Amino acid sequence: MASTALDAATAIVEPAGTVVAAPGFWRRVWKNKAVVGGFGWLLLIVAIALLAPWIAPYDPYAQDLANRTVPPFWYDAGSFAHPFGTDPLGRDYLSRLCYGARISLLIGASVAMISGFIGTTMGMLAGYFGGKADLAVSFIVTTRLAMPVILVALATVALLGGSLWVVIMVLGLLKWDRFAVVMRSATQQVRSLDYVAAAQAAGASTRRVLLGEVLPNVLPHLIVVATLEAASAILLEAALSFLGLGVQPPLPSWGLMISEAKTYMFFSFWLIAIPGAALALLIFGINLAGDGLRDLLAPDGPT
Amino acid sequence: MTLRDDAPMLEARAVTRTFLLGANFFRRGRPLHAVNGVDLAIRRGDVLGIVGESGCGKSTLARMLLGLLAPTSGRIMLEGEDLGTLTRRAIARRVQPVFQDPYSSLNPRRSIASIVALPLEVHGIGTATERRAQALDMLDRVGLPKRYGDHTPGQLSGGQRQRVAIARALVMRPEIVICDEPTSALDVSVQAQILNLLMDLRRELNLTYVFISHNLAVVQHIASQVAVMYLGRIVEHADTVTLFRTPRHPYTQALLASVLTPEPGLGVPDIGLGLAFPDPLNPPRGCTFHPRCPHRMSRCSSVVPMLTHEQGGAVACHLYPPSGQAQAA
Amino acid sequence: MSAVPKARPDDTVLEIEDLSVDIATPRGRLRAVREVSFHVSRGETLCIVGESGCGKTLTSLAVMGLLPAVASRRARKLSLLGEDLLEASPRRVNALRGDRMAMIFQEPMTALNPAYTIGNQLTEVYLLHRGGGIARARERAVELLGKVGMASAAERLQQYPHQLSGGLRQRVMIAMALMCGPELLIADEPSTALDVTIQAQILRLLADLQKDLGIALVLITHDLGVVARIADRVAVMYAGEIVEEGTAERVFAAPRHPYTRGLISCIPIPGRTATGGRLGTIAGVVPHLVGEIRGCTFRERCPYARAECAAEVAVRSIGEHRWRCVHEELPA
Repeated sequence: MASTALDAATAIVEPAGTVVAAPGFWRRVWKNKAVVGGFGWLLLIVAIALLAPWIAPYDPYAQDLANRTVPPFWYDAGSFAHPFGTDPLGRDYLSRLCYGARISLLIGASVAMISGFIGTTMGMLAGYFGGKADLAVSFIVTTRLAMPVILVALATVALLGGSLWVVIMVLGLLKWDRFAVVMRSATQQVRSLDYVAAAQAAGASTRRVLLGEVLPNVLPHLIVVATLEAASAILLEAALSFLGLGVQPPLPSWGLMISEAKTYMFFSFWLIAIPGAALALLIFGINLAGDGLRDLLAPDGPT
Repeated sequence: MTLRDDAPMLEARAVTRTFLLGANFFRRGRPLHAVNGVDLAIRRGDVLGIVGESGCGKSTLARMLLGLLAPTSGRIMLEGEDLGTLTRRAIARRVQPVFQDPYSSLNPRRSIASIVALPLEVHGIGTATERRAQALDMLDRVGLPKRYGDHTPGQLSGGQRQRVAIARALVMRPEIVICDEPTSALDVSVQAQILNLLMDLRRELNLTYVFISHNLAVVQHIASQVAVMYLGRIVEHADTVTLFRTPRHPYTQALLASVLTPEPGLGVPDIGLGLAFPDPLNPPRGCTFHPRCPHRMSRCSSVVPMLTHEQGGAVACHLYPPSGQAQAA
Repeated sequence: MSAVPKARPDDTVLEIEDLSVDIATPRGRLRAVREVSFHVSRGETLCIVGESGCGKTLTSLAVMGLLPAVASRRARKLSLLGEDLLEASPRRVNALRGDRMAMIFQEPMTALNPAYTIGNQLTEVYLLHRGGGIARARERAVELLGKVGMASAAERLQQYPHQLSGGLRQRVMIAMALMCGPELLIADEPSTALDVTIQAQILRLLADLQKDLGIALVLITHDLGVVARIADRVAVMYAGEIVEEGTAERVFAAPRHPYTRGLISCIPIPGRTATGGRLGTIAGVVPHLVGEIRGCTFRERCPYARAECAAEVAVRSIGEHRWRCVHEELPA
């Protein structure tokens, strides 16, 4: 209640004659360290992934059996010829890391898009139409939530054989539930607002109302969930690859790199630590960005 | 089809709307009769005021008159045609809304000009440039500077937003505007501005209004006829002068007594309604107002009073039985 | 308004001089309340009336010590029953809140905690300040629920807020405020969120209780109708300051400040304003209160503005009727 008094006091409109700029949105962005840090980090990783062919010193698949398991440069035996060392097959680790970023980001982005599309559609339809549509979607979501994702993913991949695209499809078709739940409630909130009724009263078709009035206003929620699901998908792929049921060698997936390094864990610790650290930092960056986004978009809200 | 001059433009015939609350997989839900057997006739140039408190069904009725909600039973006729048979667009060209909350009636992600131009866009009228020009013209007409067209709703005050909502409602030159508490969320000084604007526009554009409000002083100022609603039914309906001079239904009398005019020394009147508050899901039997009525009689708790039309207006109350008709036991 | 300090009669409950509230915003210091002074005596109703953003709610929060962290208050004097609230420790203010001074808020829907019974919430206040047993607290709760007109009060104690209608919840709020028998009651728009017929009942209840218990009532509202019917004295606030103050009769019969006059002319009065005619309006918008403010803040919107309005405006008075304007009397 105090905040509404404050809002009333501070929400005074400029008197005629002055043009008011967008209310400090970019200023809030810069001040929000989580967003700056998280997105900055993400952009760096995306840059590395995109520029991999130019940054990576070697071909990630090129095996150099003369130089197997060379430690990174901070060890005595290492050198800058292979800054992050090489793996047991002599492939340069730095290059594999750079190309591995592509795989992780690709997984994150595609799964987020596929599951986002499925979940958002279901959630928005359920939230907008209510009634039977809502009951149907709720039932499907409940069923889906009853399924253990990892086991189903494992079983499917075991049946169909592991590959990048299988992993993407399986995860995309399984991980839409959070989208559905969040978008449903966000849509319900927006649905009851008068501008939706006004658009309907103006004669707008359902499609136009959903895409033109509802979607832009539930987009913030969508973005936040998408970042979280992307992070989760990357971790899942790493887990699947670790178990041998994800991406197949010789692809430089970070999860696969961790898996291949597990037997050497006590002798050449860096073999497992480097891709592990890379994965952790990527997830950290994504979650940080997601957190910051949520803070940034929360005070904006649907008002 | 040609209409007689005095034929109603917008008519509600025995309109009922029932909602089923709490429906899920296992049960159908309890019925809530938000609007229950309402008859209304609105003529061109009328300003029909609908008054009532929360839960009386006036907003639900407004949505049905706009064609946004279909009646569970009964019909709504727009110039002789059943609303149910018209496309949403056909209705939109003739009936438009102005809603209560200026903070939720404008899409915060759109510019003002695009909000006002939306109805034109939906109907494919003109090119984008023409639509924008029309929208800006409309802004001017409602008293906002044209450069506000590029602002977003967040940059406008409540009164300014309400003007934008009015501009949007009028951009397609509709015949009927349904105003659902258009000034209730505004400060008094802003309310006066908006009311003046609405009255000016009505004259300029030859509009017909349905003006829903709980503020009787405002309704008396702007309406030509008034219908009083209680728990989904119309309990009294008369032209403004008659209703305010000689209110007949006890609820209307209570409402009028509750109007606190800024005249000092008169104190706060005792409305005499008691504490019983109706549960819309479980309305009282017979006349739904009887538990609170200071004049209740024995038959009020068993028989639903019908709306009887007499000179000057209509009232649904056992105190005014239809003349010359035998009363049902 | 800066009044010349003079001795107040013994039944003054609340005395405020030059109360200001500042809010730190990204754009600078927002002076939301500027040198507000007023007093309330036992058995008296003072209405603070103004539109949204005028600072009336912040004023009441400042008195109760409930301002949010971004707001800061200062005053020359702020005393409750002779005790200085400015220097009082937070502990002391806590002890006074609910006991000697109480507040009722606008939204009865959200002011009650939905997770606890009515009885629980009512007795909590009493036990906190008066101690003693739960039985005594319950007795008092039933007594007060009866006083606010609720039937079967003993059964009501077991009910939860969602089982009551808005009007009943507001009655519970009033009862809760009165549990410890405070001398000052601040009601912030107590009837605004309620239906018209319920509003009249609640206001009548407040007026009756006040006469019955002899408490000082400060009622904050934007509704001039409420003010006219219930107030002994009125303070009209605009842009953070009190622009006119006096008895209800005087202020309504002969408003001296252009804003008060404008406000009264905005309201349609059945029987007096010509139906279908134009209502009076106040042009323009409320100005920004950030940074330096000189002169009369109403001058941009005032139909009687003159050049001297841009400089410091003196407070004029006739007896207890005070207003802040360059004009002694407005043209008819």
